[in-house]
Amino acid sequence: MRQNRRSFGQALLAGAPFLAALAAIPFVIAISVGIGDLPIPVTTTFLAITNRLGWTAATLSRIHETVIWDYRLSRALVAAFCGAGLALSGAIMQSLLRNPLAEPYVLGISAGASTGAVGIVILGIGSGVASLSAGAFVGAFAAFLFVALLSNGTRGGSDRTILAGVAASQLFNAVTSYVVTTAGNAQQARDVMFWLLGSFGGVRWPEFMLVSVVVSLGLVACLAYARVLDAFAFGDEAAAALGVNVGRARLTLFSITALLTATIVSMVGSIGFVGLVMPHAARFVVGPLHVRLLPACAIGGAIFMVLADIAARVLIPQQVLPIGVVTALVGVPVFSVILYRFQRGA
Amino acid sequence: MSFAAENICWKIRSKTVLDGVSFTVRPGEMLGLLGPNGSGKTSLLRLMAGLKRPHAGRVTLEGEDLQAIARRRVAQRVAFVEQHATTNASLMVEDVVRLGRFPHRGLFSSWSGEDEACVEHALAHAGMAHKRRDRWQTLSGGERQRAHIARALAQSPRELILDEPTNHLDVQHQMALLALIARLPITSIIALHDLNHAALFCDRLVVLKEGRVVAEGTPEAVLTEALMRSVFQVEARIAPSLYHGRPHIQFLPG
Repeated sequence: MRQNRRSFGQALLAGAPFLAALAAIPFVIAISVGIGDLPIPVTTTFLAITNRLGWTAATLSRIHETVIWDYRLSRALVAAFCGAGLALSGAIMQSLLRNPLAEPYVLGISAGASTGAVGIVILGIGSGVASLSAGAFVGAFAAFLFVALLSNGTRGGSDRTILAGVAASQLFNAVTSYVVTTAGNAQQARDVMFWLLGSFGGVRWPEFMLVSVVVSLGLVACLAYARVLDAFAFGDEAAAALGVNVGRARLTLFSITALLTATIVSMVGSIGFVGLVMPHAARFVVGPLHVRLLPACAIGGAIFMVLADIAARVLIPQQVLPIGVVTALVGVPVFSVILYRFQRGA
Repeated sequence: MSFAAENICWKIRSKTVLDGVSFTVRPGEMLGLLGPNGSGKTSLLRLMAGLKRPHAGRVTLEGEDLQAIARRRVAQRVAFVEQHATTNASLMVEDVVRLGRFPHRGLFSSWSGEDEACVEHALAHAGMAHKRRDRWQTLSGGERQRAHIARALAQSPRELILDEPTNHLDVQHQMALLALIARLPITSIIALHDLNHAALFCDRLVVLKEGRVVAEGTPEAVLTEALMRSVFQVEARIAPSLYHGRPHIQFLPG
């Protein structure tokens, strides 16, 4: 009896903020869609979507509908999924490595993806988005393998993994700079630069299809591992003593994060700080248990990234800032506050 | 024959830590593992818990090689309390103890009444029920140790392995913990530094020196003045206690 009452109460308590936060996502996306050279009211955005789904038949201006459907909605949705995926990856890595600094950016996976994509741009292999993504993908996995080998497979300690990640970041960033300075012309260098800091400029519906599927599957897979991640709280040995197959769990979870990161970076460039800051912020709100932490990271990451994209477009009139600049400018102060409070709490 | 080490060898790099260690733990007994620092106690316990694979020899559980049994199945009956295991996650005591139910739960099975009963039982036994909502970072060393013990008890083990569990505890909690383990109707292997505690609570003792078993048997048979000299390099006088009848060791200043 007591058990039933408590689990019901807990479920209610746990569920309400999640539903509220989840409901906020469509609103920030609608706001994001409304902002630009052609401002569009939020109601128009919602009507355009319900029209397309066949729920309503409101008459809207053709230009509005085109702008919403062909440009802004896909961009906002991709931003949301990228934010969710990066935050999720950060949370997984921080828990597995038991290090508050771990995230795809720090571990060099983003740098590897950049190198792969830049190699494609400069060397001119293939053409278009597909080969660029493929290059980034190969680069991300190369970095992942590099870190895995350098940290002695899945058996190395977490400190070794972080150090290997730092080495990977340095190496791949150096390779990228080398390729850009020696092989590129000025225009290519500028393109690459912009891309290295991240941009949602080029994304359309095909990107949305890919990223939504990958991030959703990644979230489900990670949720299946939520209790395993909890069991890692006291380290690898304690997890093994609780019956976790540590080697397999680490390999599976790292592969999922590498896949998520590679997909995202190959699409929108490397965006730092979301993976680092969002898990810490989420832990503050929902606590350390992964059944709640992982969805909170995904929702928080989605909202944060859509808001960051809005900021990137409105901070400077007539110009779009690289998204990585915005996430760092917002992320670092937020992170400082977290660090400060963490220090006082400890 | 439930739980045994058979001729175990273990090396860390080229250094031999355990060299042909064999002993059998009898069902239901509390076996004390003694030995000076660096004698291989912690390594032996890790191997007994199946966390490492011995370089030679094997650990058997009901006659089966521990390494051949799935990790989850091992964890359903063998619980291990490490030294100094800590976390930077701000878990509540209750969350930590709930981890003990991990090996008993399916991937998607929900928290059952049995799980809850085991956790309650473990919290009460370890004397941590009133601290259940406290965060890990706010606990004292002794409370952390008791939280770990509660987690291990929540695992409902048949074999419990503890690596110097009394380390951070004050004398009251040391006595309470050892009395609790002695009372449990399960098999336990416990590494201890306090020889008088070992004499008072353990059914049998195994003494390690430089990776080899140098004595095995009841406290009366094992704890001799000669062993104090040869293994621990101390002078001592040992006589049955007037109060509890077990051997009592009085150390003499060197």
